[in-house]
Amino acid sequence: MKRTSILGILLLAAAALSAQTAAHPATKLHALARKQEAPAMPRFRFENFTTANGLPDDHVFSVLVDGDRIWAGTNNGLALYENGQWKTYTTANGLAHRAVLSLALDHRTGDVWAGTMGGLSRISGGRIDTYTQLNSGLSNDVVYGVSVEGDNVWVATAAGACRLNTRTGEWSLYNERNTPMIEIWAYGVSAAPDKVYYAVWGSGLLEYNQKTGVWDMYADPDGENEIVLLKDQGLIHEITTSVSYVDGVVWVATYFGDSHYDGRYWHNFLTKDSGLPSNFTNTIKGVDRNRAWFGTDKGLAYFDGTNWAVYRPALDTGKPEMTVRDAAGHVTQIPVDTAPAHNYILGIDFQGPDIWVATAKGLSHGIYLH
Amino acid sequence: MKARLALVVLCAAAVCLPALWQPSATTLAAESSEDYASPLELLLSPDGSRLYVLCQGAGEVRVLDAASGRELASISVGRMPRGFSFSSDGSRLFVVNSWDDTVSVIDTRKDVVTDTWKAGFEPSNVIEDRAGKQLFIADRIGNNVTVLDAASGEEKKTLEGGRGASYLTLSADGSRLYATHVYPDPTPPRTPPKSEITIIDPARAQVVDRMALPDIAGVFHVAISRDGRLGVAAELHPKNLVPLAHVEHGWAFVDTLTVFGADIGHPVEVPLDELDRYFAYPFGVAIAPDKSRIYISHGGSDCITVIDTHKLLAYVHAHPQPFAEDLSASAHYIVARIAVGKNPRGILLSRDGSKLFVANRLDDTISVIDTKAARVTQTIRLRSPQSVSALRRGEQTFYTAKYSFQGQFGCSNCHIDSTFDALTWDLEPDGFGRDIVANRLIEDLRGTEPFKWNGANPTLAVECGPRTEKYFWRSQTFDDRTLADLVLYIRHLASRPNRFQSGDGTLTAAQERGRVLFYRTVDKLGKPIPEANQCAYCHSGPKGTNQKSFDVGTGSRTDNSAVIDTPQLMSVALIGPYLHDGSAGSLEEIWTVFNPHDQHGRTNDLTKDELNDLIEYLKTR
Repeated sequence: MKRTSILGILLLAAAALSAQTAAHPATKLHALARKQEAPAMPRFRFENFTTANGLPDDHVFSVLVDGDRIWAGTNNGLALYENGQWKTYTTANGLAHRAVLSLALDHRTGDVWAGTMGGLSRISGGRIDTYTQLNSGLSNDVVYGVSVEGDNVWVATAAGACRLNTRTGEWSLYNERNTPMIEIWAYGVSAAPDKVYYAVWGSGLLEYNQKTGVWDMYADPDGENEIVLLKDQGLIHEITTSVSYVDGVVWVATYFGDSHYDGRYWHNFLTKDSGLPSNFTNTIKGVDRNRAWFGTDKGLAYFDGTNWAVYRPALDTGKPEMTVRDAAGHVTQIPVDTAPAHNYILGIDFQGPDIWVATAKGLSHGIYLH
Repeated sequence: MKARLALVVLCAAAVCLPALWQPSATTLAAESSEDYASPLELLLSPDGSRLYVLCQGAGEVRVLDAASGRELASISVGRMPRGFSFSSDGSRLFVVNSWDDTVSVIDTRKDVVTDTWKAGFEPSNVIEDRAGKQLFIADRIGNNVTVLDAASGEEKKTLEGGRGASYLTLSADGSRLYATHVYPDPTPPRTPPKSEITIIDPARAQVVDRMALPDIAGVFHVAISRDGRLGVAAELHPKNLVPLAHVEHGWAFVDTLTVFGADIGHPVEVPLDELDRYFAYPFGVAIAPDKSRIYISHGGSDCITVIDTHKLLAYVHAHPQPFAEDLSASAHYIVARIAVGKNPRGILLSRDGSKLFVANRLDDTISVIDTKAARVTQTIRLRSPQSVSALRRGEQTFYTAKYSFQGQFGCSNCHIDSTFDALTWDLEPDGFGRDIVANRLIEDLRGTEPFKWNGANPTLAVECGPRTEKYFWRSQTFDDRTLADLVLYIRHLASRPNRFQSGDGTLTAAQERGRVLFYRTVDKLGKPIPEANQCAYCHSGPKGTNQKSFDVGTGSRTDNSAVIDTPQLMSVALIGPYLHDGSAGSLEEIWTVFNPHDQHGRTNDLTKDELNDLIEYLKTR
């Protein structure tokens, strides 16, 4: 009986070790793996747009793909790229503010929602309607994030979360008084028919259940301790910056690493044990349950569920660089001729196999090669 | 001789007595315009044999033999139907009921309603796409175009329209849907109004463009030529930014048409008025199959205008500068004015263009015009009461422009479909540039006296009588009976259904929180709020007014007095801009911008959430 128990414990330990190994690709076990060819990761030819070729400003906060049209939220207006030409909407056209921080597309109507430093604007068939904290129920004019789901527009502001019902015009505000939110600096939002997620700077991840109307909060189990004691026990850090909810999985960006939550298990990413080029992540965009793109201060990164790729101007030379890190932790340099316009990545969107990237020094179009 | 004199005196007394009589509420309820057919819109069956008449007053679709005018069928629909159209295959007729927020689906083979679908807020027009897959509905209060599944009636989405979205037209090839709106889109205070034609791709069910209509407030029907190269929209061009002083050459309004499409290039606004004769409230439009003529109905002038398209295009191309306010222009392209019945609205050309049918809403007739001869050849009288009631006469007075100088405009120019126009005006008697006033809704006015923002007019008879006659009409006064009828009509106007109220009177959580704030007597710091600074003091009673005037700190430097009549709150969600001079673009701005010292109620202790709750409650009033 005793022998059976000991055997059972040993088997469990082996299984646990095996599971941990699978969950943490950068273990010593992987480091000892034999050298092999870099896994195939998407290759792009980057075409970059700046003021030199039509953008109203090089500082691009956000990018949105709308079929063949590309919207870029810049520090000096909202730019639309259509038929090879840039057109810029400014406050003279009714835009709430020149600095456009966030963008969202209502896929049903084709309307574009722009969060700015001075309110929220809707661009519909060329007409711009603007909502501010003075002329509407918007909680604050600094709109960091926006997401559309059904008749509702969900907004992340410097004074909490809001929801505009476009049918009734009703504004609902969510803040420290009616949610578990501690800080109210909402940075990002991702809405779906079942759940709405907010990345709230200092309050972790807020979850709104659309069916029950109940809010829940996911915080870093290590609290404000900057040392990660319990890596996959919860959100990596409470200073969250961006969230992407796709296929029932939440991808969360923070300034101290990133998280993946499938509703049951957390999996976190840090530079020390993944291919993430920097823990300081501005934006995150999930492709599906397993794949996501990360916009950091040190380049653009892609995770395919096993391997990582980083696209950037090299940190030392500034020359175009692509690196691939396999599951074993081996990093391979891939020869490339182009890279995103800058390493400081602020926005990401997809156009079929192509990718568009908003950076601090231009907008980049990654044209998929293979 | 004596006997004849006595008869004349008796007849005169019979005519005059009703004018002196003050109607009671009971009588108002009994005497209703709904007794009358009030034809508003027309359709012809695909084979041209049946004329469908949308009778708004009766709440019916009447089916007539198009040749004889004989009634073949009558189909009851919902309250206040405002628009209708056939399905793409002609098997169904869709009718939108503006006060029920529904669509009646009629089987055209059986002439029966087979379905009633939910629509948006105040549906006003409906069109199915050519593929028969989607139904587009213009919602006047919703300010949008709702898209329904044409098979199930299930709502798919709403598209942002202009304010007061009301009329829809599909291009001949079905590739574009044009939507217009009766209230101007919001603009900053005392800036020119602006409107648009919203252009929708029916296949994608998305707005693809918005044709700007600068200076326009009040756009009605659009027509597109069969070749798709020419479009026209009937509209009002108000002159609300200048004092109403100069009566010549388009005093308060110019009645215009915007012409657009490949035949024109950029959209051009063209006047329909003449130098000393006006053609008020252009509403219905039609383009001849061969594009040779354009027809426009004038609801305020009881006539049809006929434009020679070739001359119009020639004039437009020869005059690249804007000429909407040059009333001499119309002589170059308008070739006929054809008198029809009272308040002509919807117009319809027969398939071959030889006949034009005109729905005369306020005398329950259909005029049939021979387009070649340019004259009425037949008048079809619809089943309706034989006598004309005082209420009906009042309504006719409300909609006619005949009392104003040169027939320039009528009550309904500013009170579109007996509502309002969302504009601010500079009425001359207060002084040029003084006392700028926002137009007010005129529904359910009993118990809201006095009238005018300064509360100067104690009754409607004063408001609509000497004031209107002197300041607006300039040339002609109402006789006693006409005035009494008009007052009766206005007093009779009911409040439209409030879309923010639940059916059972319960409030949502936000509305309830707002209600508590509205009736609070202590502020959040625990200090009692002076009675006059409590919302519910001035805005008391079922209408939300104590009928008194106050200085609530909203006076501006152009006001002669800062003391303002307390406005009623009914339908307050719909009637911006707000405050007496329209300076507040939204309900929020009343408090976020224009109440810095808490004179307009104690509100500066409220959080943004609470202010939103207060507004949610106000929307239920």
